[in-house]
Amino acid sequence: MSKERKMTLTIPQEELMSPGHLACQGCGATLAMRYALKALGQKTVLCIPACCWSVIDGPFPYSSLDVPIYHCAFETAASSASGVKAGLEMVGDTETTVMAWAGDGGTFDIGLQALSGAAERNEDIIYTCYDNEAYMNTGIQRSSATPLGAWTTTTPVKHYKNRPKKDLIGIMAAHRIPYIATASVAYPEDMIKKYKKAKEIKGTRFIHVYAPCPTGWKSRPEDTIKLARLAVQTGYFPLYEIENGEKWTLNLKIKERKPIAEYLKLQGRFRHLKENEIDMIQKEVDANWERIIKKCGF
Amino acid sequence: MKKVIMGNHALSYGAMLSRAQVIAAYPITPQTQVVELLSEMCADGTLNAKFIKVESEHSAMAACLGASLAGARTFTATSAQGLALMHEMLHWASGGRMPVVMGNINRAMAPGWSIWTDQNDSLSERDTGWIQFYCSSNQEVLDTVIQAFKVSEKLMIPSMIVLDAFALSHTYEVVEIPEQEKVDAYLPPFKPAFRLTPDDPHAFGGLTSPDHYMEFRYKLQKDMEKVPALVEETGKEYEKMFGRYLGQVDDYLCDDAELIFVTSGTAGYTARVAVDELRQKGIKAGNLRIKLFRPFPFEKVRSILSKVPKVAVLDRNVSYGHHGIFYQEVKSAMYGQSAEPAIFGFIAGLGGRDITRNSFQEIAEYALKKERPEEEIVWIGVKK
Repeated sequence: MSKERKMTLTIPQEELMSPGHLACQGCGATLAMRYALKALGQKTVLCIPACCWSVIDGPFPYSSLDVPIYHCAFETAASSASGVKAGLEMVGDTETTVMAWAGDGGTFDIGLQALSGAAERNEDIIYTCYDNEAYMNTGIQRSSATPLGAWTTTTPVKHYKNRPKKDLIGIMAAHRIPYIATASVAYPEDMIKKYKKAKEIKGTRFIHVYAPCPTGWKSRPEDTIKLARLAVQTGYFPLYEIENGEKWTLNLKIKERKPIAEYLKLQGRFRHLKENEIDMIQKEVDANWERIIKKCGF
Repeated sequence: MKKVIMGNHALSYGAMLSRAQVIAAYPITPQTQVVELLSEMCADGTLNAKFIKVESEHSAMAACLGASLAGARTFTATSAQGLALMHEMLHWASGGRMPVVMGNINRAMAPGWSIWTDQNDSLSERDTGWIQFYCSSNQEVLDTVIQAFKVSEKLMIPSMIVLDAFALSHTYEVVEIPEQEKVDAYLPPFKPAFRLTPDDPHAFGGLTSPDHYMEFRYKLQKDMEKVPALVEETGKEYEKMFGRYLGQVDDYLCDDAELIFVTSGTAGYTARVAVDELRQKGIKAGNLRIKLFRPFPFEKVRSILSKVPKVAVLDRNVSYGHHGIFYQEVKSAMYGQSAEPAIFGFIAGLGGRDITRNSFQEIAEYALKKERPEEEIVWIGVKK
């Protein structure tokens, strides 16, 4: 009983997302937006480049969000947000939170230059990358966020992704921005806490949200939360924060990590993998996990 | 107050007097002095603006657009490769109806690397929905920045102020710097009807179905068509307040001319020297300088050129596989008019090669000798 009560207290009741949006069933990115806006509140402006969310929000003249949105060019989430923040300040609005909200393609690939520029200038913006690990909006093409071993429409099973996911957090940490966090739709309290914390910090804040995509991952819509949770429990997507590029904190300690196979087997995009290939992925996950917990002081 | 300043600084002073609020820019030769002076003005408080020192021209325009949508007056400047890198965002600016004003220093496109002038950079952006002004003097540059903000913000269409590399950008001229109070009276603060604000949340630029897209573009074209009249109106208003008329075109001795040189940019003033020399020899030459290139000033061009038997269009650009671009445009404007002159097309001065009085003498000789143009393009000063 007491646990349930705590839930209602930690997640704000305010809803800034309406029904009627255009997301697929079980879309992690949609949950992510809902939670992020609950934490940030209505005084928020979004810059959304080409990504699933440029469709999810709804076509002109509709919008499923009660906050203003600038649908900007693919590679410009960070540069557009920089401009919006400067513009708002010059017209006397210093309070509104400006958030760039981009997918992994718009962040890891085409938008990386603008993101690096904004982070180096320490622009006063929040940048969210909701990561569904491929170009899902265009039909599941590989991005540099696609994990090792995955099938996509441009990495067919005979030539699956043979390179590991780009270490974007490492790149962002090298910019020594005030705040970096990973978050998962399976851990909404943690996610909301991080957005609330980010809101109070000045400068560039980067939040990497893990957002399962049943359409692209060939998983069941009802497994979205399960997959997001397994990603954390296997150590594939640890929940942690980095302050000023230096102070690493692990937010969820996992005593016994589950084997990565449990996570992989729920997704059609990994169905082609043989045992030795799963072992290879397990090794990759282990190495990443060790690297991160070491930085977090374990 | 009079000052001796370079063309690039005329852009900076224009932006300062217009009280630009957000400037985002990336350096490129020969534009750098524009933003150097503006960054100093922002640093010492002469100009109350935020200067975003972005990592590319693409981000420069993207940041300007974000700021513009938030309701701030925005300015930037670039050149050649920088303008080309912005290309996508130029469509975004006009399609999103964000009235940014930008200086572009005409520089030849690489390869090979050239920092010298020609017009292929800005003319490649002809169809992006920007208003384009081609200037011929530093005074005109400064005045046009102020006028451009007024025109752009009234119609919510961005403007590009174009000037030749070095021939204008780095040339020092005496410029009258208008008083701030008078500029404030001419150019009121930017107050768009819609902007990005949580107080009135809208989604800008979202997914647009075939049911709506065409109407957005129709409206853009309809508003573009209003530009020439608005340039006249604001140009006359400027004359009343500052003593200098800012029009769509600038004609010199065209009324009784038997041959009119059509030019743009600094070549116009060279053409005038040639006109004077020809007149001394008894040849009635004239010069029509096209200042407003987009939208094209059909009415002005038609009324002046329909009175003359021969027209020689000088292009400092080329549309490969077709003609010089001003030549195409002038011909298309004159097609089907009751009095259609013989129109000749000349290309000169690519990649910064000088266009001199002699270039115009050569042009006049060719055009006066022949009834009709015998070549698609007559090249001036090329080593064939």
